[in-house]
Amino acid sequence: MSVRGKAFIAGAYEHPLRTIPNKTVQQVHAEVAAGALADAGLSFSDVDAYFCAGDAPGFGALSMAEYLGLELTHIDNTETGGSSYLLHVQHAAEAIAAGHCHVALITLAGLPRSSGAGIGGAGRFGSAPEVSFENFFGLSIVAGYAMAARRHMYEFGTTSKQLAEIKVAAASHAQHNPNAFLQNAVTIEEVLQSKMVADPLHMLDCCVVTDGGGALVVVSPEVARKLSRQSVPVLGTGFAVKHVNNGRIDLTHTGAVVSGPRAFAEAGLTPSDIRYASIYDSFTITVLTTLEDLGFCEKGKGGEFVSDGALQAPFGKLPFNTDGGGLCNNHPSNRGGITKVIEAVRQLRNEAHPTVQVPNCQFALAHGTGGNLATRMGSATLILGQEV
Amino acid sequence: MSFLPLADVEVNNETQPFWDALKNNALLLPRCTSCTSVVWYPRAHCPVCFSTELQWEEMSGRGTIYSYSIVAKGNGRWKESGPYVVAYVELAEGPRILTNIVGVAPSEVHINMSVQAVFDTGDDGRVLLRFTSVSTS
Repeated sequence: MSVRGKAFIAGAYEHPLRTIPNKTVQQVHAEVAAGALADAGLSFSDVDAYFCAGDAPGFGALSMAEYLGLELTHIDNTETGGSSYLLHVQHAAEAIAAGHCHVALITLAGLPRSSGAGIGGAGRFGSAPEVSFENFFGLSIVAGYAMAARRHMYEFGTTSKQLAEIKVAAASHAQHNPNAFLQNAVTIEEVLQSKMVADPLHMLDCCVVTDGGGALVVVSPEVARKLSRQSVPVLGTGFAVKHVNNGRIDLTHTGAVVSGPRAFAEAGLTPSDIRYASIYDSFTITVLTTLEDLGFCEKGKGGEFVSDGALQAPFGKLPFNTDGGGLCNNHPSNRGGITKVIEAVRQLRNEAHPTVQVPNCQFALAHGTGGNLATRMGSATLILGQEV
Repeated sequence: MSFLPLADVEVNNETQPFWDALKNNALLLPRCTSCTSVVWYPRAHCPVCFSTELQWEEMSGRGTIYSYSIVAKGNGRWKESGPYVVAYVELAEGPRILTNIVGVAPSEVHINMSVQAVFDTGDDGRVLLRFTSVSTS
């Protein structure tokens, strides 16, 4: 069963704040839920399915259903780190296509800035079987991605300057986003001269740490037709788990090598059809590897591909993360997935900032990478359109 | 032996022989008697062929660096430990495992460097498997 054209994103909302003191996590979930429902022209009483991940408190969707006062016939707590919310869109589309629900609400919220949690995941790992074999070597999140970058450099000659191009493009976009956490343009030299955090990744190769959240409303075609707001059809979905593989890990590719082709096949499209891409950008290396894996360029050629402003909107080869992405705008709860979908929806609705709006943006891609490039990840790809 | 923090690892029935062996300066891993894979991390079944017929076997302790990062400043108990090297070492027997490279200047570390196991033991008997350059030991 394909979900192509069987579900529509009718509402999308990003919390405007990046530091939120004196609020609870569930309160921010409720605020973004209200925002996305208002965007769609729907209300809480219309919701019959709810999706959340590890950032939601307590019993996940059970706790939140009660807190929000929802009456539900379908829930999903799927947790794949920062990619969860893209996978939730896929799961919502499947549930809608199967007739289990009509209006699915997806929320993300977290307060890592105000809680002083710093960079890292919000998941609950407890006594996961890998913990004693990985967690006691000072392996910071950055160091894991740094090892992936180092190996990519070794195998393909990728340079720090090429990685810096990715940050430069994101920062050029963030200048036009009044809510972005970082709003200054940066140069390649500034990236290369920023503090080395975990060699070869500099401070400016890393995403921001922000409070905040976002929400999406996914609806059936019948509901979408009744709404006055432009809905965005889900055309293609793909997901894959990539893990350490019995200690035979290859650090130079992500799960996008599987999720990407699956999403393109379902949509009946190829990378050359995509006018705008939201690419998960926990670190610059995440973007470079993902672009290769999704087929925008050959494996190992990502460094060349991102050079010379290729990712800059509106006229680059492949405009990406026009909100400033996780690198500059927002990485709420240390999870960049939902903001990737939200900016893709803005582009398809022609509602991105005019300076970075991609002309004739007929097809957009959003990709999430949850977990860690150096160990295990959930890779989720969505292809969205303007019409079915 | 090195100056990096040791840890209270979680030992269970699947991993007990691995941790016991480290205390005797030996690296023991399960090998699948069915498909011959060396299993990483230790567990009660082979994740390649799903056999539960595994045998503990002593590894050579030799390997090469697959990738690494020099961490300028760590978090928590590692705050004062930087700069230190986190690495994936590819064991001669196959698995790539997370570890630290110790006893060698971080600037000397490189991909493909030959390394050997160090059984980093504290006064309290806690032990972690780290690696050092073959030439400097």
